[in-house]
Amino acid sequence: MKIALSLLLTAILTNNFILSKFLGICPFLGVSKKVQTAAGMSGAVIFVMVLATAVTYPINLLLRANNMEYLQTIVFILVIAALVQLVEIVLKKYMVSLYNALGIYLPLITTNCAVLGVVLLNIDNGYNFWQSMVYSLGGGIGFLVAMVMFAGVRERLEGCDIPKSLQGLPITLVSASLVSMSFLGFAGLVDNMFA
Amino acid sequence: MAEKKTLGKEFTKGLIAENPVFRLVLGTCPTLAVSTSVASAIGMGIAATAVLVCSNIVISALRKVIPQKVRIPAYIVIIASFVTIIQLMVKAFVPALDSALGVYLPLIVVNCIILGRAEAFASKNAVLASALDGLGMGIGFTAALFLMSTVREILGSGTFLSGIKDLLAVFSSDITFNGFKIPFLSENPLTIFVLAPGGFFVFGILIALSNKLAERNGKPKAEINGCDTCPMAANCALIADGKTCEEVDA
Repeated sequence: MKIALSLLLTAILTNNFILSKFLGICPFLGVSKKVQTAAGMSGAVIFVMVLATAVTYPINLLLRANNMEYLQTIVFILVIAALVQLVEIVLKKYMVSLYNALGIYLPLITTNCAVLGVVLLNIDNGYNFWQSMVYSLGGGIGFLVAMVMFAGVRERLEGCDIPKSLQGLPITLVSASLVSMSFLGFAGLVDNMFA
Repeated sequence: MAEKKTLGKEFTKGLIAENPVFRLVLGTCPTLAVSTSVASAIGMGIAATAVLVCSNIVISALRKVIPQKVRIPAYIVIIASFVTIIQLMVKAFVPALDSALGVYLPLIVVNCIILGRAEAFASKNAVLASALDGLGMGIGFTAALFLMSTVREILGSGTFLSGIKDLLAVFSSDITFNGFKIPFLSENPLTIFVLAPGGFFVFGILIALSNKLAERNGKPKAEINGCDTCPMAANCALIADGKTCEEVDA
C-alpha cells in the first residue's frame, strides 16, 4: 500500500510526465487552450495509458521468455496503435456518450509519447504488474493535472498585453516554464512522506 | 539543371526555412528532454537523422505498394524497425549515449518529425528527393538541438561539450578531449537551466527569436500547427467530420 501510494504521488507530483519528463508535450501545447478540451484529452490519455500497460505487461513477459526483448519498441507501438483503434470502435458502438466525450482525441493518442513512454518506463524501472498499473494511473492523472492547470493559465493569458515577439507559442512556453517551476516545489515531498 | 536545383532545395529547406523544431514546431518532446547536454543532444540528433533518412528512403520506395488505407500503420512499422536497429547499434557501440538518452531513444518512433515527413513528403516524392529531404530535416533537427543544448549546458552546468569523449570513442579510444569548462559559470552554475523549467524557458525564448527573424523576412510566425503538419491528420476523426483543428479547439 505504502509503495503504491508513493508511486502514485511520485508520478503525479514529483516526476510529472509533462512537466518534468517532457512526455506528451504536443497535446500539452496543442490542446490546452480550453479547460474542457484539456480535460477530455487527458481523460482519453489516462484510459489508454492504463489499458496499454495492462496489455503490454503480459506481452513483455512473452517476449522475455523467448529472448526477444529487442522487439519491444516495434511490438509495443503496434499494440498501442491497434488498441487505440479497437477502443475507438468499441466506444463508438457501445458507449456513445463516452465516445462523444473522449472519442475525438483517441486517434491523436497513438503518437503521443506519454503512452509509449509509460510502457517503456514501467519495464525500465522493473515494476511488477500492480506497480506498473499504479504508475500508469499516476502518470495519467499527472497528465490531467498539468493539462488542466495549464489550460487555466492559458485562459488567463488571452487578455494579457504581451510583447509582440513573444505572442503565441513563445509566451505559452514561458508560462509552461513557470508552471513547471511550481512543480519543482514538490521535490523531496514523497521521499520525506515515506521516510 | 532545373532538376538539380530543386533537389538542392529539398535538402536546404529543412536547415533554416522549414527547420522542424523552430519553424514547424515538431519533435518538441525530445528537444526539451535531451538538450541538457550538448553531447547527448548531438547523439540524439544523429540517431534521429539516421532513422529519418532510412525511413524516408524505404517509405518513398514503397509508396506505390502500400495501400492508402493502411499506410500509417505501415509507416509506423518501417520507422519502428529502423529505430530498433539504431537502438541496438547505440547499445553496442556507444553505451554511454544509451544510458544518457534512456527512454527517449526508443521514443524516436513517436517523434512527429519522422512520421510527419513520411506522410507529408516521402509518400509523394521520389527516393532521392525523399532521402535529401530526410537528411536536411535531420540536420536541421540536430542543429536546433545543438543550439538549445549549448545555451542550457553553458548556463546550467558551466561546461560545453562535456561528455563528448564517450561519443568520440566510436572513432578512437585515445581521444582525451572532454569538453571545456566555462570559467565563472562552472563554479556557480544556474542549475535551473538544466532542469525542466529551464528547458521550456530557453525553448520559448529561442522560438521568439526565430519568430523575430522570420518576421523580418516576411515569413509567418511559428505556431503549433493545425492539421497541415500533424502526422495523424489523415486518419483523424476530426477531418472525417469535416472540421478543422481550430473548430474543435473552440
